[in-house]
Amino acid sequence: MPTATIHDAEVHVDAEGFMTEYDEWDKTLAHDLAAAIGVELTPRHWTAIDFLRKDYVDENETPTLRRVAAGTGISIKQLFELFPVKPAKKMAYIAGLPKPRGCV
Amino acid sequence: MITVERSLPSIVPDFGDAKVTGRKLAIICSKGNLDMAYPGLILANAALGEGIETHLFFTFWGFDMILKSRMDHLRFTMLGNTATHLPQGLGGLPGMTAMATHQMKKQIAEVGVPGVPELLSQIVDSGGHLWACRMSADMMHIDESDLYEAVEDIISATDFIEKTDGAQLLFI
Repeated sequence: MPTATIHDAEVHVDAEGFMTEYDEWDKTLAHDLAAAIGVELTPRHWTAIDFLRKDYVDENETPTLRRVAAGTGISIKQLFELFPVKPAKKMAYIAGLPKPRGCV
Repeated sequence: MITVERSLPSIVPDFGDAKVTGRKLAIICSKGNLDMAYPGLILANAALGEGIETHLFFTFWGFDMILKSRMDHLRFTMLGNTATHLPQGLGGLPGMTAMATHQMKKQIAEVGVPGVPELLSQIVDSGGHLWACRMSADMMHIDESDLYEAVEDIISATDFIEKTDGAQLLFI
């Protein structure tokens, strides 16, 4: 299992770079992960990220785009604006979670 | 807003912007059965989530998916479908199609997938394009007022082929 160094912290990631250890993530890391993929985090972004973190604990699974929209009240259209092109994967990446595996 | 000193992670996923590669997907939806509506919609939704430009062309029975009066009432029948592994005769009994439809809708809802109108709306919100077939509309005497609002236009097969130049194509 590869690791990546962010600041001084060494975190566990999968082959693509998604973090694999829920507890190694913190909000400072999220800013770095976001910056790495060209996303500047605003409070609106945080609403989504916070939901992902919480829902992952509840469901033991990364929520899909549809679930994030339903759970946060942020429309699918807005999620595409906040996390352009591949919103579901980008949100999961910044939230330090695995890629969602649901279809819809 | 927290300001942090930036140090980028050493492994970053490739979120390669598909718009740059110009990948496009064209899906022709020609069936109006509940079970045949979903494959195109699920694939369109998945492609859009990957940033792929996606166009759906509704033709013949596929019109049921975009007709306001029918899109929420698609049905599933056991008849002619050996994959249910039930005697074909059963499928012809009164009420059987309604029962099979009810069961399938329940199973679809259980995996968190919405009904056809809602899934179409999600596709449009994700940037997908919906087109209706001119010949089918003329045959069935259908105009824009009968169609789901998000359908962009009624166009000919030639128009669709032009719009989807270079696209990968699925016929369902």
